[in-house]
Parts: sequence; structure tokens; C-alpha cells
Amino acid sequence: MELALLFILLAAGFGLFMAWGIGANDVANAMAPSVGSRAITIPQAVAIAAVFEFAGAVLAGGEVTSTIRKGIVDAGLFAGMPDLLIVGMLASLLSAAIWLLVASRFGWPVSTTHSIVGAVVGFAAMGMGVEAVHWGKVGQIVMSWVASPLLAGALSLMLFLSIQRLVLGRDDPLGAARRWCPWYIFLAGFFMTLVTLLKGIVHLGLDLGTGTAYALAAVLGLVVAQIGHVAIRRIPYDPQANRDFHFATVEKVFAVPMVVTACAMAFAHGSNDVANAVGPVAAVVAVARSGTVDAVSVVSPWLLLLGGVGIVIGLATYGHKVIATVGQGITQLTPSRGFAAGIAAAATIVLASGTGLPISTTHTLVGAVLGVGIARGIAAINMRVVSTIFISWFVTVPAGAGLAAVFFFVGRALLR
Amino acid sequence: MASDYISRLFGTSPVRPIQEHFAQATACAMELVPFFEAVIAGDWDRAATVRERIIELEHAADELKRHLRLALPSSLMMPVNRSDVLELLSMQDAIANQAKDISGLVTGRRMQIPPSLAEPYLEFLRCSLRAVSQAEKSVGELDELFEAGFRGKEVDVVIAMTEELDRIEYESDEQQVELRSRLFQIERELPPVDVMFLYQIIEWTGELGDIAHRVGSRLHLLISK
Repeated sequence: MELALLFILLAAGFGLFMAWGIGANDVANAMAPSVGSRAITIPQAVAIAAVFEFAGAVLAGGEVTSTIRKGIVDAGLFAGMPDLLIVGMLASLLSAAIWLLVASRFGWPVSTTHSIVGAVVGFAAMGMGVEAVHWGKVGQIVMSWVASPLLAGALSLMLFLSIQRLVLGRDDPLGAARRWCPWYIFLAGFFMTLVTLLKGIVHLGLDLGTGTAYALAAVLGLVVAQIGHVAIRRIPYDPQANRDFHFATVEKVFAVPMVVTACAMAFAHGSNDVANAVGPVAAVVAVARSGTVDAVSVVSPWLLLLGGVGIVIGLATYGHKVIATVGQGITQLTPSRGFAAGIAAAATIVLASGTGLPISTTHTLVGAVLGVGIARGIAAINMRVVSTIFISWFVTVPAGAGLAAVFFFVGRALLR
Repeated sequence: MASDYISRLFGTSPVRPIQEHFAQATACAMELVPFFEAVIAGDWDRAATVRERIIELEHAADELKRHLRLALPSSLMMPVNRSDVLELLSMQDAIANQAKDISGLVTGRRMQIPPSLAEPYLEFLRCSLRAVSQAEKSVGELDELFEAGFRGKEVDVVIAMTEELDRIEYESDEQQVELRSRLFQIERELPPVDVMFLYQIIEWTGELGDIAHRVGSRLHLLISK
């Protein structure tokens, strides 16, 4: 295939640009609870995001990348014309990128995931015919878009109720916070590690047994909890701050698990959203290198690395400013709330990543925040904003699809 | 900015504004003590100065109320009923209004408190104002209530505070009855119109305590949404 190198370079360029955009814009939402609750400073958030987005992308981003690469489109239909698949994937990347730029300009709450999934479905259905789409898989993905905010909301509701029962509603909330927070940290560390070990790193060619995975997750959870325990013990009681607001020191204690939450959210976001940039690239590279449409091979770790690097560059060049803006706007999400919402969202996202389902980080987080709200945990949630965020995917999916179809027709004409 | 929709998700918390508003309204009502001390001493210049301060504080409270109402659109999801919050706010505001009306009537008519009633009246006024400040203390726990998510120990603390408010209000009712009967005993010696308005002032002062009491009941409703 004479154009192979050109295709690969184009795909890598588009993919890097998408990854840059994710780092620049989307990471801010993932970091919003931690920065907003003042548990960590903005430079700390940027550092945590850089490390854990990258780790999430490389260690646990494989399954979702696979789904975008070959789960949505029926590759068998392209067997005789591999270059059409390449053109389609390039068109998808381009249309998603352009749609995201337009949406950013107008301030619409648009999800990268919805754009790219819409685009891939759009080029296949409109360019090749509806039978080119794995509608079963697409149905699953769409169901997960409904299920993920619900699951995150249910988890955060339960977490917050447990925090109320075990800590906030007690006679001595500060003592209770010091006692229970390390266990919350353990839970977070254990769960995130477990899902990653069981589902994520298969792509790196590592396959630990289930028993080993549980043991490793427990060890890592205990280590993180022990570090948290030491940090919590060193937080002094501040009678001055507590006179005005009796829970001031309690919230300081919750700032410690909030740091773990920041890491978990960045990791989860990296694991799910890297696919939006790298999935189509992976499809292009696989076809261009072999010249055939091969549905068997796994995603090369190098591509996940490329995506991870792109996200970190986006974060470093522009994302830190967005994190600052988003974080300053949130004052109500105190550490006890931010923890419940953040961990619930992170757990849901990592679970989806392990299952290979591309979901929206933002929607999941909004669902988690609403969960705490239902438990009477948040002073005021703007329901009008909630509805615009959820309505946005009814617009984004068709828009991404339409644009991708147009680019696909243009690209196909150019090839001939 | 494309990404700040996560921060736009959070509306303005009504807690601090409610507390600030009540602090302002309570400060306004508290001025009634120096006001009546001046009136009883017959120092109308000083009374006028205090009345100025009452009017200023009442305006400030009004302004806070207006701002808070604007910040509470019906599309907010709150852990408390929006109508309870608005009701609480207008009761708090009524306390400042009541203080303004009382001082206005007394100033307008240059009313004299009969010397034999001066001390019992001040006592009664202080008791009504104790109810007001107890109500303010209870509303001061709102931020802790929100933090605890309206469950557990903090709810008991606030309930105990409103029970104390019940007690103070009962005491102030008793004093009101006592004060009225004292006025009844001497009413024939006084100009009838003055007597009418003295009853009015006693009535209005008692209402300060009543409103404070109702603030407490509304707080109860707020908790048990």
C-alpha cells in the first residue's frame, strides 16, 4: 500500500491533536472535585493529572481503544477495500476534533466520547450502509451512557450516606473521621487496583491470576491507607476555625482521601478517554501496516503511549488554565462530598474501561454529584445545567455522525 | 469556556446569606433596647439617632433578602424546601420590620412610657429579644446542618436549641400578660389614646418573640423535609 506512511502520519497527527484537546479541556472536569474542594492546589492537581492520566491511558486504556477501533464497525465488510476503513477512521477523528472545537467556542457541554462514537457510527452507516455497524455493540455503548451516571449516582449516594452515618452524624465527628478515612482510602485504592489488574493490563501481555490480583490490590490498598493514616494523624485540631464552623477540621481530614480521589479520577479518565484519540489511530495503523483488515491483533502499547503523551502535553500547554477556572467555580464540593462523588465516578469509569465501554467522564461525574445531592449533601445544584449537560448527547452524536459522513465522502472521492 | 459547565452545576448556597441576613435583622431589633432607654430618659435626640440606625439596618437586611431571593431560582435542587427557605427569610425580615415599626410609632407619637411600667417593659423587651437572639443562634447552626446532611447529632443540637426558644417565648408571653394587667390597673389615670397605643406597643413587642418562635418552627420543617 503506497499511501501507508502518509495514512499513518495523518492518523498520528489527528490522534495527537485529539489527545491534546482531551488534555486541554476534559482533564479539568476530572480534576474539578479535588481542586474545587481545595484539597489540593492547582500545581498539585496538574502534577497528579499528568502522572495518573498517563498511567491510566497506558495501563488500562486498551479495552476501550479496542472497542472504538474494531467494536463499532463491522471490519469484515471492509475486507476488500482496506483504504476505505482508513479514510473513514481519519474522517471520524477530523469530524470529532472539529465538532469539539466548535462546541468549545460556543461553550456547549459536549463529550469527546459521544463525538467520536457518533463519528465512527456515522461514517460507517452513511458511507457503507447501516449493515456496516455492529448495532448490538453500539446499543450496549448507548445503554452504558444511561447506566454510567445512574451507577455513579447510586454509588456516591451510598458512600455519602455511610459518611453521614459513620462520621458526620456522630457525637465526635473528628475522631470518627480520623478513624474511618484510612478505610475509605483503602477501599478506593483496592478497587481501582483490582479493576486495573483484572481488566486493564491484559493488553500489556501481563495476565495475573485472579487470586494474585486480589492479593496485590489488597496490599496496595493497605499501603495507601497507611500513608493516609499517617497524614491524617498529623492534621492538628484548629479550635479557631472550629468555633465558627464545627466541621472545619473534619473536612481537613477528608482532604486526605480527596488526594487519593484526584489520583483515581485522573487514572480513570485516562483509561477511558485515551481511546477517543487513539482508537481510530489504532485502526488506521493496523490496516495500513498489514494492508489487510485484520480484526485479531491487540492494540499496540505504543499507541496508548502516544495518547498518554498527547494528553499530558495538552494538560501542560493549556489544561492547567482550565483546571484553575473550573476549580475556582466550585466551592460547595467540600472534601467529604468531593470524595463521595469523585470515588463513585472514578469507580464507574474504571469499571467501564475494563469492560471496554467508552462512556462520558463528565456525565458520570454529574451523576455522582446528583447522588450526593439526593442524600441532602449539596446546598444547591443547578438542575437547568444538569439537563443541558444530559441533553447535549442527543445533539453531539448526530452532529459527529453527519460531519464524519461528509468527510468520508470527500476522502473517498480524493482517493479515486 | 467550554469546560466550566461542571462548575456551573453548582448554584449559590443559600446558607451564608440566610445567616448574614438574620444577623443583620437581629442587630436591627437589638437597637430597640438603647432606643427605649433613650425614650424613657426623655432624650429624643438620642432616640432619633438610634432610630436612624434601626432604619439603616432594616434597609441593609432588605437588600440582603432581595439578593438572596434572586439567587434562588426554582430550578435549584436543594436539601431543603425552597419555599421553607423563602418563608424563613421573610420571617427574619419581619423581625427587622417590626423593630422599625415599633420605633416609628413611638417616635411619631412622642410616646411616654409611664414610669411605673418602664422597668417591667424593658424587662419584657429584653425577654422578647432573647427569643430573637436564640432564633439567630439556631439559624447559625444551619451551616453545620447542611454539612451533616440533616442527620445525626447535629439535628439533635438544633432541636434542643429550638426547644430552648420555645421556653423563652413562653416566658415572654407570661411577661406580656403581666405587663398588660399592670397597664390595665393604671389605664384610667392616663389619656385614653395614649393607653390604646401603649397596648399596641406591648402587642408589637410581644410579636417580636412570636416571630422568633415561628423562625424556630420553620427551622424544624426545614430539617424534616
